[in-house]
Amino acid sequence: MKKLSKNTVYNLSTYGIVIVAYLIVQGIVLAGGLSNQIRGQLVPICVYISLAISLNLVSGVSGELSLGHAGFMSVGAFSGVIVAAALRDSGMGGVPILIISMIVGGVISGIAGLIIGIPVLRLRGDYLAIVTLAFGEIIKNIINNLYVAVDARGLHFSMTSADGFNLSEGGRVVINGPMGATGITKLASFTMGVVLIIFTLFVVLGTINSRHGRAIMAARDNRIAADSVGISVTRCKLLAFTVAAVLAGMAGALYAMNYSTVAAKKFDFNTSILILVFVVLGGMGNIRGSIIAAAILTLLPELLRSVADYRMLVYAIVLILVMLARNSTVLKNYINNVVNGIVSRIKAPFSGRNGGKGGASE
Amino acid sequence: MKKVISILLVVLLMAAVFTACGSKDAAPAPASNAPAASDSGSGTIKIGGIGPTTGAAAVYGTAVKNGAQIAVDEINAMGGLQIEYKFQDDEHDAEKSVNAYNALKDWGVQMICGTVTTTPCIAVAAEANSDRVFMLTPSASSPLVNHGENGAYDYDNVFQLCFTDPDQGLASAQYIVDHDLGKKVAIIYNNADAYSTGIYQTFKAKAAELNLEVVSTTTFTDDTTDFSVQVADAQSNGADVVFLPIYYEPAALILRQAKSIGYAPVFFGVDGMDGILTLEGFDASLAEGVMLLTPFSADAKDERTASFVKKYTEAFGETPNQFAADGYDVIYALWNAAKAAGINDKTSAADACEKLIATFSGGSFSVDGVTGAGMKWSKEGTVTKAPKAVVIQNGVYVGF
Amino acid sequence: MSVLNNLIGGLSLGSVYAIIALGYTMVYGIAKMLNFAHGDVIMIGGYMCFCAMQYLGLPPVVGILIAMVVCTVLGVLIESLAYRPLRGAPSLAVLITAIGVSYYLQNAALLIWSSNPKSFTSVVALEPIQLAAGRLTVTGEAIVTIIAAVVIMTALTIFTSRTKMGKAMRAVSEDRGAAQLMGININRTISMTFAIGAALAAIAGVLYCSAYPTLSPTTGSLPGIKAFTAAVFGGIGSIPGAMLGGILLGIIEIFSNAYISTQLSDAIVFAVLIIVLLIKPTGLLGKKIREKV
Repeated sequence: MKKLSKNTVYNLSTYGIVIVAYLIVQGIVLAGGLSNQIRGQLVPICVYISLAISLNLVSGVSGELSLGHAGFMSVGAFSGVIVAAALRDSGMGGVPILIISMIVGGVISGIAGLIIGIPVLRLRGDYLAIVTLAFGEIIKNIINNLYVAVDARGLHFSMTSADGFNLSEGGRVVINGPMGATGITKLASFTMGVVLIIFTLFVVLGTINSRHGRAIMAARDNRIAADSVGISVTRCKLLAFTVAAVLAGMAGALYAMNYSTVAAKKFDFNTSILILVFVVLGGMGNIRGSIIAAAILTLLPELLRSVADYRMLVYAIVLILVMLARNSTVLKNYINNVVNGIVSRIKAPFSGRNGGKGGASE
Repeated sequence: MKKVISILLVVLLMAAVFTACGSKDAAPAPASNAPAASDSGSGTIKIGGIGPTTGAAAVYGTAVKNGAQIAVDEINAMGGLQIEYKFQDDEHDAEKSVNAYNALKDWGVQMICGTVTTTPCIAVAAEANSDRVFMLTPSASSPLVNHGENGAYDYDNVFQLCFTDPDQGLASAQYIVDHDLGKKVAIIYNNADAYSTGIYQTFKAKAAELNLEVVSTTTFTDDTTDFSVQVADAQSNGADVVFLPIYYEPAALILRQAKSIGYAPVFFGVDGMDGILTLEGFDASLAEGVMLLTPFSADAKDERTASFVKKYTEAFGETPNQFAADGYDVIYALWNAAKAAGINDKTSAADACEKLIATFSGGSFSVDGVTGAGMKWSKEGTVTKAPKAVVIQNGVYVGF
Repeated sequence: MSVLNNLIGGLSLGSVYAIIALGYTMVYGIAKMLNFAHGDVIMIGGYMCFCAMQYLGLPPVVGILIAMVVCTVLGVLIESLAYRPLRGAPSLAVLITAIGVSYYLQNAALLIWSSNPKSFTSVVALEPIQLAAGRLTVTGEAIVTIIAAVVIMTALTIFTSRTKMGKAMRAVSEDRGAAQLMGININRTISMTFAIGAALAAIAGVLYCSAYPTLSPTTGSLPGIKAFTAAVFGGIGSIPGAMLGGILLGIIEIFSNAYISTQLSDAIVFAVLIIVLLIKPTGLLGKKIREKV
C-alpha cells in the first residue's frame, strides 16, 4: 500500500505543478505582464509538452526509439483541419469544433499508429528507429500530394491536383498539396493547451500505473524474462505505441488550429528529432522532466533572438553541453557532490519518489 | 540527481520568463546616428523584417535582410524621415515566423517588410490582420498570402511587391508563343513548392489556350539532387523549349545534366532563375542562351541599379539577387508611403496600417525601384510592373 | 536504352550513398552509435575542397587531400570532445549529442560561408562517354564514383581483416570489455574509426558535390539520412552490406523517379526499406542477433 500511495502522491503533484503553472501564467497574462513573444508561444509550448509526454511513453517507458512521432502529429493536424473545415458552417461554437477535431485527429492518428505498429514492433533497436523514421517520411510525402476540398456536397479527395473538384458554390480547397492547409480558423487557446496536457498526463500516467504499464516496463528491462513469465511483449508495446499516436494526433490538431496555415513540411524528421530531444533531455521515463525540457527548449531559441546570427549556433552548443553535463560521469559526480552537500542541509520534508518513474534505462 | 537537475531547470525557466517580461519594459534603443528632426517628414519609423536567415531557405531571407539594410542606410543618410530597422529570423517555419512577428511587436514595430517565404507569410498575415499591422512582402508570391478563412483578399493589410505566381505563368506562356521559341515544351517543376506549382498551373492552362504543345511534364522535390530522369524525359519527347519555373539552384543542376547528355533546347526561366550567374563557382557557359523573365537584373545599366549593386557588393561581398532587390524596394515603398501618409514615430501600428492601406491602394501612389519603374498596387495588394525578358550571352544578361 | 541510362544513374547515385554509408557503418559497428553528424562532415568536406580549388586555385587532387585532412581532424576532435565523455552513457544521450553536433556544424558553416549556395566545380575531368550511337551516356563522375566506392569497400574489408588496427576494431565491435582485457586501447581504436569515417565522408562529400554541384550549409543532411537508410538496409555494421544497401537505394530511387512517380519517390524508397526489414529484420547482410538469457 505504501508504494501505491507514493505513486499517487507523485502523480497528483505532477498535475498540481501543471495547474499551478497554468494559474500563474494565466495571472500574468491577465495582468498584462507577459510579452507578446512569450504569449504567442504558450500554445506551441503546451503542444510540445504533450508530444514529449506521449513520446516518453514509447521511448522512455517502453524503451523503443521512435523517430517518426511528428508523422502522427501530422496525421492528427490534417485530419483535424479537415473536420474543422467541414464543421465550420454548422453553427457550433469554436470550442466544441476544436474538441471534435482533436478527437477525430487523435482517432485517425491512433489508427495509423496501430497499422504502423503491428509490423514495426517486430523489429528491435535501431532497425525499429529507422522504420519509424521511414513511416514519418512516407506520411509527409503522401500529405504533400494530398488535395482535399469541402463544399455543400461533402468532402472531395485527390492525390494529383485540386483542378478536378468542380466545387459547388461556397466550396473551398482545404488542403492544397505542398501548400498544405490555408485559411484555418484559429481556435486553439492556452487553456485548451493545458487541458490537453492534463489529459495526456492522465492517459500516460494511467497507462504506466496499470497492469499493462508494469508489463511494458518489465518487457523493456528484460524482454526475454518478460516473455518467459507470459507477458505478451509485442501486444504491450503496441498498446504504448498506439496510445502515444492518439495523443500525438490530438496535439497535432491543436497545433494546426493555432495558425492560419500548416504545411506537411513542418512535420519532418527534424520535428521528430526535436521531440526526442525533449524526452532525452528531460530524462527517459521521467514525465516531469519531459514537461520542463519541452518548455525550456521551446523558449530557448526565442530568448536567444538577441544574439541574432549566432542564435542557432548557441542553441547547438547549449544542447551539447547539457547532454554532457547530464551524462558525463566526471561532470555528474562533481555536480552530485556539490548538490548533495546543499541538499543534505535543507533536506526537503517530502521528497517525492526518488529517480522518477522507470528511470532504469538511465 | 534528476530531481536536482529538474529544480535547476525550473529556476532557469523562471529566470528566462522574467527576463523576457522585463525586456518588454526596456525602452527601445534610440537610433544612434539619426540626425535631429528636420521640418518635413521628421521622426523615426520602425520597420521590422521577417524571413529565414538560418535553415535551408536562409539564402532568401538573408538577401532580403541585406538588401533592405542598404535602403535603410541610404534613407537615414538622406535626413528627413528616419527608419529604425530590425530583422528577425523565422527559419522558413510558420510557427517561428509568428514568434518573430510577436518579438517585433514587443519592439514596437509599425510596419512589416515580410515575410519572405509564402507559408510563414500566410501565418503571420492572419496575426497581423487581427492586430492591424501593415505588411508588404518582398517575395511571397503566392496569391494565397492574403487568403484568410473567408477566402480571397480576406487580409486587406497584406501587399506584395513581387509578381504573383499566376502572372508569371501567363506571361511566360505568352512570351514563348509570341517569340516563337519552340513548338514542343517540356516543363520541370518542383511540386513540393508552392511558388513553382503555382506558376506551373497557370502556365499549363495558358499553354493549352495558345495551342502550345506540352510534351513532357516532370516534377521534383526540395530534396532532389538527381535530375537525370527529368532531363532525359524532356529530351526523349523531343522538346525544343524547357520551361523551368523554379529557383536557380536546381536549375543549375538541370543545366549541367542537360549538357552532360548533350541536350541543348531553349531553357526558359522565371524570376527565381535570377541569381544563377552569381552562384559562386558556377560555369557560366552552362547558362549560355538561357532566357528568363525577371523584374531585376544585377547587370542592368541604369544608375539606380548600378548604385545598389555596387553598395551591396561592397557591404556583403556578394552580388545581390532578386530577393535582395525586392527587400531594397520594399523599404523605399514603405518609406515613401509613410511620408505620403504622414506617418511618424507617434503613429500607432493600427493607424499606420489604415493609412498605408489607403495610400497603397489609392491609385495615385507609385514607386520607382530597382525591380521596376512606376510600381502601382491594386486594392487586392498585387503589384503592376513590367517584367523584363533577358537572355544570357557570354555570362551576362542581355535585353531581349 | 533509357533503362540502361537509368541504371547507370542509379549506380552512380548509389555509389555515393554507399561511400557515406560505409562511414556510418564503420562508426556504428565499432562505437555502437548513430552518428547523425556524419552528413554534416560531408558538407564540410565539400566546402574545404571548394575553398582549396576556388580561392587558392589548387588542383582537385590537392583539394581532396585538404578536405580529407581537415575532416579527419574534425572527426577525431568531435569524437574526443563530444562523444568520448559520454562513453557508457545511454545510447540515446549520445544520439542527441550527435544531433547537437550536427546543428553546430550546419550553423557554423552558415556563418563562415554564408547561406548563398556555391556551385562546385567537378573534380573529375573525364568527358562523358557516348555509347550505342549516343543513346547511352556515361558521365565521368559516374565512372569515378563507382570505381571509388568499389576500391574503398575493398580497402576497408582488407583493412579490417588483415591489419592489426583493423583486427582491434573488430574485437572492440564484438565485445568491448573483453577487447580491453586483451590490451586493446579502446579510446584509440574508436578515435581511429572516427578518423576513417570522417576521411570517407570527405571523399563522399567531394564526389557528391561533383555529381550534384550545389553546395550549401544544409547539403549534407539529406545524403546523411539516405546513407543511414542505406546502411540499415544492408545491415548496419556490415561493410559489404553498406555497399549493397547504398547501391540498391540509389537504383530504387532513380527507377521510381523514372517509372512510377517523382512525387512519391521518397515514399517508395522508404516503403521498400520497410518491406525488406520486415522480411529480414537485421537488413540484407546483417548478422542475426543472438539473445542471451
